[in-house]
Amino acid sequence: MSSEVMKEAHRCTTICNACRYCEGFCAVFPVMEMRRKFTDPELKYFANLCHNCRGCYYACQYAPPHEFDLNYPEVMAKLRKETYQEFAWPGCVSKLFKNNGLYIFAMTTLAIFLFIAGTMLFKGPQALFTAVPGAEAFYKIIPYWLMCVIFMAVFFFSLYALYRGVKNMWRITESKPEELWKLSNHIQAMKDAFTLRYLEGNGDGCNYPDDKFSMIRRKFHHFTFYGFLGCMVATAIAFLYEHGFGIPSPFSIFSLPTFIGTVSGLALCYGTGGLLWLKSRMDHRPYDEQSVGMDMSFTTLLFLVSLSGLLLLLFRGTSAMGLLLCVHLGLVMGFFISMTSGKFVHIVYRYFALVRNAYEHREWD
Amino acid sequence: MSNSQNNLRRKYDLLVVGGGNAALCAAISAKHERPNASVILLESSPKDVRGGNSRHTRNIRYIHPAKNSFLTGPYTEDECYQDLLGVTKGNTIEKMARLVIRESNNVGDWMMEQGVRFQPAMKGTLHLSRTNGFFLGGGKALINAYYATAEKLGVEILYEAEALDLEIENDTFKSCTVKMEGETFRIEANAVVLASGGYQANTEWLKNSWGPQAANFLVRGTPYDKGRMLKVMMDHGCKTLGDPTQGHMVAIDGRAPKFDGGICTRLDCVPFGVAVNKDCKRFYNEGEEIWPKRYAIWGRLVAGQPDQVAYIVIDSKAINLFMPSVFPPFEANTIEDLAGELGIDPAGLKATVDEFNAHCPSDTSKFNSGDKDGVATVEGLEPPKTNWARPIDTPPFYGYMLRPGITFSYLSLALNERMQVEKEDGGVFKNIFAAGEITSGNVLGQGYMAGFGMTIGTVFGRRAGKEAMNV
Ligand SMILES: Cc1cc2nc3c(=O)[nH]c(=O)nc-3n(C[C@H](O)[C@H](O)[C@H](O)COP(=O)(O)OP(=O)(O)OC[C@H]3O[C@@H](n4cnc5c(N)ncnc54)[C@H](O)[C@@H]3O)c2cc1C
Ligand code: HEM
Ligand code: SF4
Ligand code: SF4
Repeated sequence: MSSEVMKEAHRCTTICNACRYCEGFCAVFPVMEMRRKFTDPELKYFANLCHNCRGCYYACQYAPPHEFDLNYPEVMAKLRKETYQEFAWPGCVSKLFKNNGLYIFAMTTLAIFLFIAGTMLFKGPQALFTAVPGAEAFYKIIPYWLMCVIFMAVFFFSLYALYRGVKNMWRITESKPEELWKLSNHIQAMKDAFTLRYLEGNGDGCNYPDDKFSMIRRKFHHFTFYGFLGCMVATAIAFLYEHGFGIPSPFSIFSLPTFIGTVSGLALCYGTGGLLWLKSRMDHRPYDEQSVGMDMSFTTLLFLVSLSGLLLLLFRGTSAMGLLLCVHLGLVMGFFISMTSGKFVHIVYRYFALVRNAYEHREWD
Repeated sequence: MSNSQNNLRRKYDLLVVGGGNAALCAAISAKHERPNASVILLESSPKDVRGGNSRHTRNIRYIHPAKNSFLTGPYTEDECYQDLLGVTKGNTIEKMARLVIRESNNVGDWMMEQGVRFQPAMKGTLHLSRTNGFFLGGGKALINAYYATAEKLGVEILYEAEALDLEIENDTFKSCTVKMEGETFRIEANAVVLASGGYQANTEWLKNSWGPQAANFLVRGTPYDKGRMLKVMMDHGCKTLGDPTQGHMVAIDGRAPKFDGGICTRLDCVPFGVAVNKDCKRFYNEGEEIWPKRYAIWGRLVAGQPDQVAYIVIDSKAINLFMPSVFPPFEANTIEDLAGELGIDPAGLKATVDEFNAHCPSDTSKFNSGDKDGVATVEGLEPPKTNWARPIDTPPFYGYMLRPGITFSYLSLALNERMQVEKEDGGVFKNIFAAGEITSGNVLGQGYMAGFGMTIGTVFGRRAGKEAMNV
């Protein structure tokens, strides 16, 4: 049985495919035009290919108040969220997309609380408010092995869950199994992802936050995206320093990991701050209101992770360090937990939709 | 007095009536000509559906000396003029036609400066890829760009403001009576540009000129083009052009809305099937020409059938040969059942299809959906089908209902080369200019050339706006 949202997606897609005026905006319309009829699995793929650039809302001659009542970005956003639930692994995670904002908030708060409570329990309350000088300062607050074990466990579990999610997506959208790991598809998909090509709207950007064409969303997303990648790289280098070269943290400001981490953290903070600011001003019509919690919690969490990380760097020599560290680690933990059950999944599903887009175009040409 | 009225000036330099392509081009060029001129534009529709028929368009035809990123080759004045003579059968005014064509030269560049964006020809319309520039996102995107530009230039825009009447003294426009927010008031201006489209949404008028069957016509575009300004000018003795009983009419999906169905309601399957009226009788050669060339006669053909309705029947061999339809086809495994779905007589439809099938040639191997293939019915079928005549024999069978859909009416205001409206008695209205559909008869005496409605609106609109600053 198709959901109501799915039925609406069929209705709208049929109109669009007879009209086709929006074919120049993005990746969705060209693959739509390769078909006459649409199956549920295909529309689930379309939904993840849609970048919510909104070009097809403002340009639509059938948008409300027209009796066709066509709002393609909205129905794609709704369907996308349904696919997040359907693709999710393990299955029980899918329920967490319902009140996602609340869930992410609760988990993150809980994580912060546990770090604070744990520190107080094992190190005494004063540990939170005492300046700890010198090497290995962080681990005086929270034992290194504990940090490693908890974070690694959650992180690798989340990675595995995302991998299973992608497998689910590939199966449920009836994509071709033999194309999943083909290099040429990934080269094309990487290009499209790293440039965020489909928020370019053919040159002038997308219609966000309002009906004007603008590159601003793409710009802030680039800061977020590259800032995030930078933070990952910095963490990886830091890990190498400690274990490869035996240099204990915290590292000097001018060391490679701290430098990359600082620059990336600033970018991430700026990018997510910008995205939140845009969201507060956006036109709500070409959007799924039910996704507000999911979207906001993800962006806010990233913002707070980067902000607390930067504050930690700034105040690590002071008595605020203990508390800051607990908060930062709690936020990071919240982020790791939400990797499988929050907006984070847009990264993998959108990426793999671009992979399929790459092979469909090759086959079509 | 309403709020919007409070903010109005006592007198404007220019009043533009209409809110589609021609009106916006006029308002924008007036501002380019004299940046500090006061210009006000009246759009009778609400903001959400602004832009008249223009918001349903997708391309514009214009001449250009060389190819560019979206046009595949050059298109010259002479070639365009010959194309125009072809579609109008010579029924055009040469000096006006040449004016439009010549001034359309590279007009895409000007449009891009105003924020319009182009893309290469859409799939399925490659025959226009050299001559017509396609708007990225279609006509509504174009309209949005023009409104944004007009606002930036300081044009005052009133929505849901309908021009009711014009006060004209000594062939000179004085003021316009406007209805807005339930109130009626006047706007004075030194000049007016009438760019309010045709009268195709005025069913009463259509009934007067076409007969009572016009009640069953669907209107493909805006419900706001009611021809009010046309009528007012006729009452003031203007000269008109174009056949008042004619319009551009095509056959569209009978389930389309009464108004604003736009492009997606077209059906391109006629050449691949048989077309019958409600009595299950065929009435015209479905395979006379390739569809783009015959698209425009089928509206009138259907309008001539009882109840202004026709049905098209195809089989599963043909279902993938044309652009997908906006409403799914009726579908059944026998012709009789399909007739039941369509609401026409099963036995009658079966007999017509059987007769058609019996006259299909035995060898249909030359069938070619892309071009005339000469696969014609054999002697004895009336009317014959001269191309693509394959038997309708492979279930499932599919059917569509067709109705006439009117695009625009031809009746127009006659113009001189300054875009001033001419009088029946040979004079002109000095400060009354016009552009767009309301003037198309100056160029298109009959027939239609794809993308030329926007050309007329853009060129005449720009010219009218400029001339109106120099009265
Ligand atoms: C479905 C469809 C597709 C088309 N596709 C193309 C195409 O691809 N290329 C092409 O060249 N042509 C196309 N045409 C034809 C094209 O739409 C017209 O030639 C062109 O839009 C006319 O522009 P206009 O500005 O004169 O009129 P319109 O765009 O119709 O604008 C008239 C405006 O005047 C307003 N108005 C009317 N009366 C009053 C009044 N009394 N007071 C105030 N305002 C008033 C209306 O609300 C409207 O905004 C298409 C037409 C249709 C219906
Ligand atoms: C495959 C690569 C990626 C693609 C194609 C992609 C695409 C998009 C798109 C199209 C949007 C806007 C529409 C929407 O909100 O759903 C978006 C939003 C967002 N993305 Fe990405 N993204 C990618 C990777 C990332 C990465 C690596 C991050 C950082 C961790 C990230 C963080 C965000 C954030 C914070 C938002 C804002 C949500 C909002 O404004 O509501 N994205 N992404
Ligand atoms: S969004 Fe509207 S204008 Fe765009 S292709 Fe779909 S129906 Fe056509
Ligand atoms: S919102 Fe943008 S990306 Fe999504 S379907 Fe519309 S034009 Fe394409």
